[in-house]
Amino acid sequence: MPHVSLTVNGKPASADVENRTLLVQLLREKLGLTGTHVGCDTSQCGACVVHVNGRSVKSCTILAVQCEGANVTTIEGLATDGKLHPMQEAFRENHGLQCGFCTPGMVMSALDLVKHNPDPSEREVREWLEGNLCRCTGYHNIVKSILAGAAAMRGQPTKAAAE
Amino acid sequence: MYDFAYHRPTNLADAARLAKEAEAKLMAGGMTLIPTLKQRLAKPSAVIDLGAISDLVGIRVEGGRLTIGALTTHADVARSAEVRRTIPGLADLANGIGDPQVRNRGTIGGSLANNDPAADYPAAVLGLGATIQTNERSIAADDYFKGLFETALKEGEIITAVHFPIPEKAAYAKFPNPASRYAIIGVFIAKGPQGVRVAVTGAGNGVFRVKAMEDALAKNWSADAINDITVPASECNSDIHASSEYRAHLIGVMAKRAIQAAG
Repeated sequence: MPHVSLTVNGKPASADVENRTLLVQLLREKLGLTGTHVGCDTSQCGACVVHVNGRSVKSCTILAVQCEGANVTTIEGLATDGKLHPMQEAFRENHGLQCGFCTPGMVMSALDLVKHNPDPSEREVREWLEGNLCRCTGYHNIVKSILAGAAAMRGQPTKAAAE
Repeated sequence: MYDFAYHRPTNLADAARLAKEAEAKLMAGGMTLIPTLKQRLAKPSAVIDLGAISDLVGIRVEGGRLTIGALTTHADVARSAEVRRTIPGLADLANGIGDPQVRNRGTIGGSLANNDPAADYPAAVLGLGATIQTNERSIAADDYFKGLFETALKEGEIITAVHFPIPEKAAYAKFPNPASRYAIIGVFIAKGPQGVRVAVTGAGNGVFRVKAMEDALAKNWSADAINDITVPASECNSDIHASSEYRAHLIGVMAKRAIQAAG
């Protein structure tokens, strides 16, 4: 059986997998990291977004064996010393989650956006979320959260969002 | 997903050798292959992952042409200063494929080898008159696309790079499916070393050129020049997303938008 060794959230991890095992299955079923969700399992909804070598990817559409030696970050890897990451905090503060199912993918996707575009416009945020679906359709507060999270990461105080 | 053997060669020679195996399947970014495997629509004996062959990644401008390595992701093409400087319409096209996560994994070589009839890159490659470089030969765009998911590639032949002549003007206009972002109709128009070329994706069984539009635009580079030129609806597909008549109409609309965007 293939054996995969990789770094997950800064720590070495390894597991026996099948060649057909998906990264999301490795994370959830082998490593117990159930913060990454499986929504559609057809690469559409984005609930399973994690970072592989610094890029956001849909972990339901990459094989675990492709991640040999890779550096993977999941939603569990964001908080430090019990303190939420500024993007997580922004989602909490701005009611960016309703049922919460899509949230891990939204947060991980948002962080990839902010890495390339630290000060995105509302339109840029909405366009970036093309690959993340919220079945509660709570996009208004998700967008608000990402703008606030980006501002916090730039070290700016969060503005009250216009309603 | 059925199980399969998995190989991750680190050089092209090993990949080519492995690809000769019957029922082996090459994988670039996997953005089409993995969903296909998950639906059990394919049952390869082996998946040969090209992802570790670093020679296949990269973008460079030399000898008056832009060369993009086959394993270069859509995100890297979209963000490349070289692409933006030489063929901005190509950077825009790459930035409109799928969604950010697809663009982070999907590659130009994978898209061209798959040749989905609604994919974006075939329109750019045909519209710009690019050359597809494989591990065995060079193939002109006009000889490469052979219809629905069919290409001139032989079994086990591997795309290594795509060479684009740098045009004077070029742009892509797409009417995307709102769910998948595949093209319902996409039109790439270029004016360059090979004259004016108009390539349409999403309409039929594969990308094609519209000679009447090319001739009209060669005489008069303006959106008005193609007012009276239509592609027959009989040459367009009809499905739940758009009727053949609507697709035929969109070809004209997208072509005009592309000309206007190209300036």
